[in-house]
Amino acid sequence: MLDLNSKIPSGPLEQKWDKHRFEMKLVNPANKRKHHVIVVGAGLAGASAAATMAELGYQVSCFVFHDSPRRAHSIAAQGGINAAKNYQNDGDSVKRLFYDTIKGGDFRAREANVYRLAQVSVNIIDQCVAQGVPFAREYGGLLANRSFGGAQVSRTFYARGQTGQQLLLGAYQALERQVGLGKVRMHTFEEMLELVLVNGRARGIVTRNLLSGAVTSHAADAVVLATGGYGNVFFLSTNAMYSNVTATWRAHRKGAAFANPCYTQIHPTCIPVSGEHQSKLTLMSESLRNDGRIWVPKAQGDRRPPSQIPEGERDYYLERKYPSFGNLAPRDIASRAAKEACDDGRGVGPGGLGVYLDFGDSIRRLGRTTIAERYGNLFDMYQRITDENPYEQPMRIYPAVHYTMGGLWVDYNLMSNVPGLHVAGEANFSDHGANRLGASALMQGLADGYFVLPYTIGDYLASTALEKVDAAHPEFRAAEQAVRDRQARFLGIKGRRTVDSFHKELGKVMWDYCGMARDREGLTKAIGLIQGLKEEYWRNVNVPGSGDSLNQSLEKAGRVADFIELGELMCRDALHREESCGGHFRTEYQEDGEAKRNDEAFAYVAAWEHAGEGQDPVLHKEPLAYENVKLSTRSYK
Amino acid sequence: MKITLNVWRQPASQAPGKLERYDLDGVSADMSFLEMFDMLNEQLTMEGREPVAFAHDCREGICGSCAMMINGQAHGPWKGTATCQLHMRAFRDGDIITVEPWRAAPFPVVKDLVVNRGAFDRIIQAGGYISASTGGARDANEILIGKDVVEEAMDAAACIGCGACVAACPNASASLFTGAKISHLGLLPQGQPERDRRVLGMVEQMDLEGFGHCTLTGECQEACPKEIGIDVIKHMHRDFLTASARRQEPRAATGGAG
Repeated sequence: MLDLNSKIPSGPLEQKWDKHRFEMKLVNPANKRKHHVIVVGAGLAGASAAATMAELGYQVSCFVFHDSPRRAHSIAAQGGINAAKNYQNDGDSVKRLFYDTIKGGDFRAREANVYRLAQVSVNIIDQCVAQGVPFAREYGGLLANRSFGGAQVSRTFYARGQTGQQLLLGAYQALERQVGLGKVRMHTFEEMLELVLVNGRARGIVTRNLLSGAVTSHAADAVVLATGGYGNVFFLSTNAMYSNVTATWRAHRKGAAFANPCYTQIHPTCIPVSGEHQSKLTLMSESLRNDGRIWVPKAQGDRRPPSQIPEGERDYYLERKYPSFGNLAPRDIASRAAKEACDDGRGVGPGGLGVYLDFGDSIRRLGRTTIAERYGNLFDMYQRITDENPYEQPMRIYPAVHYTMGGLWVDYNLMSNVPGLHVAGEANFSDHGANRLGASALMQGLADGYFVLPYTIGDYLASTALEKVDAAHPEFRAAEQAVRDRQARFLGIKGRRTVDSFHKELGKVMWDYCGMARDREGLTKAIGLIQGLKEEYWRNVNVPGSGDSLNQSLEKAGRVADFIELGELMCRDALHREESCGGHFRTEYQEDGEAKRNDEAFAYVAAWEHAGEGQDPVLHKEPLAYENVKLSTRSYK
Repeated sequence: MKITLNVWRQPASQAPGKLERYDLDGVSADMSFLEMFDMLNEQLTMEGREPVAFAHDCREGICGSCAMMINGQAHGPWKGTATCQLHMRAFRDGDIITVEPWRAAPFPVVKDLVVNRGAFDRIIQAGGYISASTGGARDANEILIGKDVVEEAMDAAACIGCGACVAACPNASASLFTGAKISHLGLLPQGQPERDRRVLGMVEQMDLEGFGHCTLTGECQEACPKEIGIDVIKHMHRDFLTASARRQEPRAATGGAG
């Protein structure tokens, strides 16, 4: 039986985190250096956690499969980071950010976690500015803000269209400072392939060096996984090509519960697919919806160029359907509305799978220079990819997989049900419920890494008696052997299909049946298809080369094998959740085209336990109690 | 369209390498350059040959992983564009394209087109940061920074650490990379206390890694996918001179009669 105690502190919502911080045990400075913590991943959550724990005095080892920690996918986040600073005097507050996030997540997130996130959001901005993050400023020297979807206040801080890059470089520089001081041991080109448990506690990992193929054990007192999301299960997503589920999936197979795997965010504004060769999709930041207006022709099959469609024959469908939020409706709602328009035969561009994002009005109102200042790099990127000039004709956009709200289950301390295994950032499930609001991923990653984990890991270490364990322990030896065996198996199959061909097939099944709209029949069918794909994969995949040098096909083979298993779990989760909420839209459960939740039956976190090879996963439920907000139908009208 | 590729193949760091020729048919103008490489690798795998190892990840021009010398140009013919954002419409049917890894002693080839750029991380470790441990920061709006200053800092901070500047430089100098970080942090008020230490440490590490000297050829700014200008090198030189001069002065004695 899994222990799913959320460990939410008692007391009023506003005081829980303060109270908890006081109640947590401390490790005295002299003892901190005796504790060794492993951090896997160096994106916003991993780099900030590793740097901060090293600053506190812990011995930290950080592992990345890239050539440098600066390459983590957080770098690609464009639009911004939310914080309840109320610098714009427009009525923002911690409580409002909390409420917007809970509501944006369609009432499927924990109140206490989200409130804490909103509280520490203000410290994040201070910390980043102190590090030299060049956030946009007004002429007077004060920080500038922009608006993002799902909010009626302007609370998003940004650095042009490269906010993720600048925040990551801040955390990366803090991390490299600790590496230079000898407080963090940085392992690059090193991929985690197993989690190691000793006496039921997470005590280390087994990695493979991507250059030499060497398989090595690393023991520690606690392990942090900050390995990002699993959107690449769809093959085509806005995620970087290397983003994968392997670290968290390996941990899941060792006992960590996987929570809400079906909650996937489909981002409304991405560049549409151009052909079969497509390897990934490119996001056009949500911030563009501040000044861009989304529309399709009113008439079906209208193939005229956009400039020849008169104003009266255009349907600005978000402004029409959601007048109070307009083009800034939350992502799940904007995506579904785009799909609806295209399904209705009113889509534009090749295959009718696109809608217009039009800057014409804004350019007329503000001038081309202002628009270029705000979005120049995005416009350039769009033009390079599509060969169309967005200053002169509207962008064509279409929804694409962007983020995964699900992830490993964690308690209030960000610890999974496996003691000692902590999970941060997109890799955990904790704060976004069934839909994440724009500019909240960066906020959560840095909240976890700078301001939550460094405290809660101290409490774990101070309150746990840990026996001495080193990498010679039989559990490590066994895990190393498992890694080598699996690798030998891939290389030995010598089948007739490439790893990518399986990945693409999996992605298509996931997109068709577990994408923007899902139903019982499709999901049932998908589970069968994925099981068939898994069987064929292990019989017919072709992994060339050897295991003792850089072999990108072999790396990918392991990741795709894990994606296939995850894909099945996502479909099972989506099938069992007989309601629509946030990014999870079951066509059987809707009202006037809007998601219809069933709070009586489904106001819980679905945490899945791996039951062993060939066994059905076991569902556990953590009920969600709402003491401070009233569950209501989400309305952006 | 049909494309002929001459690709650098090298099995390992110490092994000799050579250009190998591959013919590709059915390349679409809408493909990105790396999607054309995906196509090549699928083809090689099906023929039972080893695919070409190349570094890539975000394919949005921001992670700085991709690094290809294309017909002798770092990141290829499009200005301000990383390899991953280059599209095949830049080429014509029948073109012959030669693709090599970054060439610079501090960036050893790992395999085929993949090089190790760990030297850049070590330059950052030597001072490319502001020491601001978590927790002690004051309110973000208490530090006023003029819009022009922050925009100039942002221009330099846009560096993606890809190493094209080094690859394009006849001396394999890392001055654009190092100067960009020194400018970003040195322009901001938060970066002032460590300004001297930073430039001295980073420049020393840059030399230790074996990067060449800057002779202001300017190839780096032409190759930079973020179009960072060589003004940042000027900034670095100025800071280095000032810091070096100040370093000569004896420090005031501490303690004393008290």
